Amino acid sequence: MTVQSGTPAAPRSWRKPPMIRNPVLRWGMLLAVAVYIVYAVEDVNLDLARFIAGIPKAVEMAGDMVPPDFTRWPLLLEGLLESLQMAIFSTAVGVVLSVPIAVGAARNMVPKPVYLAFRCYLGLVRTLPEVLIAIFLVKAFGFGAFAGMLTLTVASTGFVGKLLAEEIEAIDPGEVEAIRATGSGWLKVLLYGVQPQTLPRYVGLCIYRLDINLRESTILGIVGAGGIGATLYNAFGRYEYDFAFAILLSIVALVLVAEWASGAIRARIT
Amino acid sequence: MLQVDSLTKTYPTGQKALDGCSLTVETGQVVAVIGPSGAGKSSLIRCVNRLVEPTQGRIWLDGTDVTRLGRNQMARMRRHMGMIFQEYNLVERLTVMENVLSGRLGFVSFWQAFLRRFPQADIDRAFELLDQVGLSGYENSRADALSGGQRQRVGIARALMQEPRILLVDEPTSSLDPRTARTILGLIADLARERGLPALINIHDVGLALMFAERVVGLSQARVVFDGVPDQLDEHILTRIFGEADWRQTVRHAGDDERAMAAANQADDGAPVSPHADGIGSV
Repeated sequence: MTVQSGTPAAPRSWRKPPMIRNPVLRWGMLLAVAVYIVYAVEDVNLDLARFIAGIPKAVEMAGDMVPPDFTRWPLLLEGLLESLQMAIFSTAVGVVLSVPIAVGAARNMVPKPVYLAFRCYLGLVRTLPEVLIAIFLVKAFGFGAFAGMLTLTVASTGFVGKLLAEEIEAIDPGEVEAIRATGSGWLKVLLYGVQPQTLPRYVGLCIYRLDINLRESTILGIVGAGGIGATLYNAFGRYEYDFAFAILLSIVALVLVAEWASGAIRARIT
Repeated sequence: MLQVDSLTKTYPTGQKALDGCSLTVETGQVVAVIGPSGAGKSSLIRCVNRLVEPTQGRIWLDGTDVTRLGRNQMARMRRHMGMIFQEYNLVERLTVMENVLSGRLGFVSFWQAFLRRFPQADIDRAFELLDQVGLSGYENSRADALSGGQRQRVGIARALMQEPRILLVDEPTSSLDPRTARTILGLIADLARERGLPALINIHDVGLALMFAERVVGLSQARVVFDGVPDQLDEHILTRIFGEADWRQTVRHAGDDERAMAAANQADDGAPVSPHADGIGSV
């Protein structure tokens, strides 16, 4: 009855506690970031005058781009087809190689040393961007589509291998146990216990990777690894902006078609 | 014949699942292993086919010391041990036929398994077994399209497909409704007796155990605390196995169940027995 008896307590204030509790650390970090930004801006010579002077040039270049010049379409087509070849070949080889890699990198399938070795490979491949791998392989195997194909194959094993390994680690262990209980060896357990559970995801990953490889194959030419990217790079080098624009439009069209097809197929199988 | 001699299993966590358990199962004997959850029932049958590695003790199947076998020898030994699981553990995305034929995986080559080219004799046998468990016509259905009772029937067919020398059955009915549970357990017991197979059946439903098993083994806290025929099982012993509770109902009901089933079986005589007792026909 006398809950509110007596003088009401002074209103108690409340504020959300700061994310970093230590005030020295909190303000110190903020100051450090501010100082670094000032230093960085100073260091790269961010020059407003230079930016303004560049605007008319950019507009002029954009003007030179239209109308796009498709008159040299055989060259354009050749580049596109080479990109397509690179993408399809490297996907086909890459996704097949991914299967043993994924199994080796799944903790529930192999002993720890094997697992660690395969995880190391995946870590390495997935850390390096495609363009970096391509630069290295172009140095090793020379200019052209071959280096590009190798690059995309390696990158595909990293991508599909990692995601498939994760899928294998998440399978229902009961089904595997049942197949083991029939007296099947490791390979047959893989075939009847693991493969059926991971197949839909694997097919989805393959198509997704084909889509990614198509996009990547259009850019690897810039570092000399073949495909339409090389044609684009040369066109820019010769100031043929209208031809460059035609190439860009073709790339955009190819990527859009690839993405649409990949999305449509994946929606149907999962 | 299965002999288990002072079997002990200690998990890496330090938990003792089995502590010096011994038991002998004669050929053709259907043994129910009862006990509360965590008493070690699952560990016991998984030690027999070494899906769980025993810590100590010996297990013999028809004179072979199972605990001394190497990895490959053990895989070969498992071919002769049929196992039926609580959650059925069918490969969900494969067809009923593939699941049943997977019982032959230990006997066929990798390529036969890969290309699904099983010997004709195996295919004939699979059809025959599907017929016996009441699933004829379901060979091309995918396992994940079946009801619980149907799935367990596939599980039974898969285990028998191995032509096993022993049947290890882990809580075959816990995921099923009471009526289906009876049908399934009855089917397992009948098929085991027909083939003269020793069967070790884990089950926590005492009533069901009393109905279908000719021998009951009680596990409590990792030890065998009872081993005898169903008639010997009274309130006293149930208390020893499961702990203090009012067991009069359980014991009486089990007796009633038996009488009811006997009456039902008599009534069924002459009438065609429906293999679709758990609602298969309505799919």
